[in-house]
Amino acid sequence: MPESRSAAKPLLTVEHLRKVYESSTGSVEAIGDISFQMNAGELVVIVGPSGCGKTTLLKCIAGLLRPTSGVVELEGKRVTGPPPNMALVFQEYGRSLYPWLTVRGNVDLPLKHKKLSRAERDRLIDDALVAVGLEHAAKSYPWQLSGGMQQRVAIARAVAYEPEVLIMDEPFAAVDAQTRADLEDLVRTLHRERGMSILFVTHDIDESVYLGERVVVLSKSPTWVQEDLSIDLPADRDQLVTRALPRFTELRTHVYEQIQRAKRGEAVRPGATAA
Amino acid sequence: MTATADAPVIATPAPPRGSSNFRRQRRLRTLRKVVLGLAGIAGFLVTWQLLPTLGVVNAAYFPTATDTIAQLLALFRDLEFWRNVGRTLTSWALGLLIATVLAVVLGTIIGLVPFLRRATHTTVEFLRPIPSVALIPLAILMFGYQLQAALLIIVFASFWQVFIQVLYGVADVDAVARDTARSYGLSRGAQVVSVVFPTALPYLMTGLRLAATVALILAITAEMFMSVPGLGRAIMIARESGQWTTVYALVIVTGVLGLLVNIGFRAIERRSLAWHQSVRGEEVL
Amino acid sequence: MTLYTSTVVTPRKPSRVWAKIGENTAYALGLPIILLVIWGIWSSISPAPFFPSPLVIAEAFVETWIGPAFVNDVLPSLARLGISIVLAVVLGIAAGTVIGLVRWLRELLEPIFEFFRAVPPPVLIPIVAVLVGANDTMKVVVMVTGAIWPVLLNTIEGVRSTDSVMTETAQSFAITRSERLRFLVLPAASPRIMTGVRQCLSIALILMVISEMFFSSSGLGYQIVFFQRNYLIAQMWSGIVLLGLIGVLLAVIFGFVERRVLRWYHGVKEVERA
Repeated sequence: MPESRSAAKPLLTVEHLRKVYESSTGSVEAIGDISFQMNAGELVVIVGPSGCGKTTLLKCIAGLLRPTSGVVELEGKRVTGPPPNMALVFQEYGRSLYPWLTVRGNVDLPLKHKKLSRAERDRLIDDALVAVGLEHAAKSYPWQLSGGMQQRVAIARAVAYEPEVLIMDEPFAAVDAQTRADLEDLVRTLHRERGMSILFVTHDIDESVYLGERVVVLSKSPTWVQEDLSIDLPADRDQLVTRALPRFTELRTHVYEQIQRAKRGEAVRPGATAA
Repeated sequence: MTATADAPVIATPAPPRGSSNFRRQRRLRTLRKVVLGLAGIAGFLVTWQLLPTLGVVNAAYFPTATDTIAQLLALFRDLEFWRNVGRTLTSWALGLLIATVLAVVLGTIIGLVPFLRRATHTTVEFLRPIPSVALIPLAILMFGYQLQAALLIIVFASFWQVFIQVLYGVADVDAVARDTARSYGLSRGAQVVSVVFPTALPYLMTGLRLAATVALILAITAEMFMSVPGLGRAIMIARESGQWTTVYALVIVTGVLGLLVNIGFRAIERRSLAWHQSVRGEEVL
Repeated sequence: MTLYTSTVVTPRKPSRVWAKIGENTAYALGLPIILLVIWGIWSSISPAPFFPSPLVIAEAFVETWIGPAFVNDVLPSLARLGISIVLAVVLGIAAGTVIGLVRWLRELLEPIFEFFRAVPPPVLIPIVAVLVGANDTMKVVVMVTGAIWPVLLNTIEGVRSTDSVMTETAQSFAITRSERLRFLVLPAASPRIMTGVRQCLSIALILMVISEMFFSSSGLGYQIVFFQRNYLIAQMWSGIVLLGLIGVLLAVIFGFVERRVLRWYHGVKEVERA
């Protein structure tokens, strides 16, 4: 159950989102009815069974896809196209970073039209690169770096952009486990030190509980919000300590059960809106 | 295309018969593509018709589209025309065949022996950019205005296309695949057949496609300037006797031939590519 | 926190460096020298009328081309070639970008363009010659009309097939259209475009040679045919060698430009192969 909402208006609102894909083999209802809200400064993780439309949901929120029906609002304004105060980190970092630009060039690119002075831009870039630990790689090209480092570049690019909300679409799925642990901690650090609002999608249950302040569990297709769970683990998390906590195990078991129910299609959708 | 919209998102329900709507949209899109393509061709023909009619170009040297097409249809009934087509295609095919055989043999041998590759590298890189047409005067001296002279030019140019691709192909053999063959105790020859040939085949097909286009261009060039019988020579003869409708009609025929060769060899190439994922560098003419 | 482990670089031993240079030179020059020597010996043993010895050719080369002929014939040829190439590349990329980005325009023009590309370029020479006249403009027009198609069509193809994830990335960061063109579409299309430029170069060279050989009374091509018709064999060969050198020069220049422009692309390919 969600925490009692603060008096301030939510940052992001998704209301009765529905998306139907049409293909030559028939129409697919990727998203049935999704509603949830996100407040400023929250780290919300969305998790669900494979194929439940997580990426579709993100793309609708990011304005890259038009929903069939429903409303997405960011800071009170309707999202009809990619809003300027949002940044995206994709799973396919190899295809998201531009190979003809250096690391620095990639981080710089979204800043070009923001009408900042050269000095301001450099400051933002240096700051972002230090935050992700790549200050020595500024002159390298993305393809000269490992997968984990490339994803860090993508994160740095999003951080330097100073968005209101950062959206991450299974960013660590294609990265090895050790690097993934480091990157998870990086995300938590960015969230805590900079108060960034982060919407994070993953299929990894442990990751969702470790990272999130709230975990939104999606059902299987046609997707709706099966549960909106708040994670009451301490804010200061650590890969070794936190994951050994009994509460962690309880929460992850709960989420795992929910996902299993979702996969089996057992959960019953409440008549009206979810949660 | 982008999904940006200017209007706010309205809660419209999805159309009831979803998939057939999609199929209809797809059909419409293909139809639109065909219509636009035909419109482009039609527009070109209209412009062509108008240019000499309005006197923008000298009508004596630039007949209208209708006159040219009429002449083209007349040519189709002319036996000599078809003989010329046959002659062009014969020298093209012959030159392509000789070039391919030479290129496959030399390319395989040199490609498989690293010493030979290194030793021949500079020679290849120097000979390759020489424009084949630069050898026309030499060919005329050596063979006179004969088919052999034309073949020299055609083979010299086409050879490099296939040769370079075969070199790439032989070099592209996956080390893992080769090691696997070796670990199974395959002899050198069997390794070549079972690993090298399949890897190099798509490259060979690409080389063939490029060489086929080059060979056609040079076959016609040789006919134009070395008095070898064929379509090229027919163009020059028509030009000299001021039969410009014939000239343009024959130009269209050469274009169609070029298209057919290109499409044909692309199809062959795609067949051989069906299982092989690789990137080949496109080569020069 | 730094993510790099240190790399240790040991200096190469000096004697090894020289040995390497010597080895490379031997490979580079070995076969050509051997071939030339064989040719030289053969022509002195059993002289063939159309294959003078390399030394004779070298002599004729110096005599013929190092002097006024260079200024009167070679330089103008090269100038026309250069201008045509520049025109073909610039026009091809400009038009190709516009057409590639506007879908209905592309669908309208692509079929007819594919036909134009399929026509063997030398076939256009007599037509252009009679419409424009046998002068310098004609040669440039011929070269441009023949050589523009690979650049144009490859640009169209490259511009329209930008990676969708890269496009979405640009959209999600609200990058403007013109910025997208400059920093995404064109760089992503550059490998394709460079392939087209390469083909353009060789077509332009072929057209230069032919138009000068058979439709002109000046220029490098004309000189070579002149020598051939007057049985000045060595001079003819020297002309052919010069043409070969021009071809090689073009290839080398293109190689430099391509390596510079596509440095990132070669890097990506290397990483993929590893």
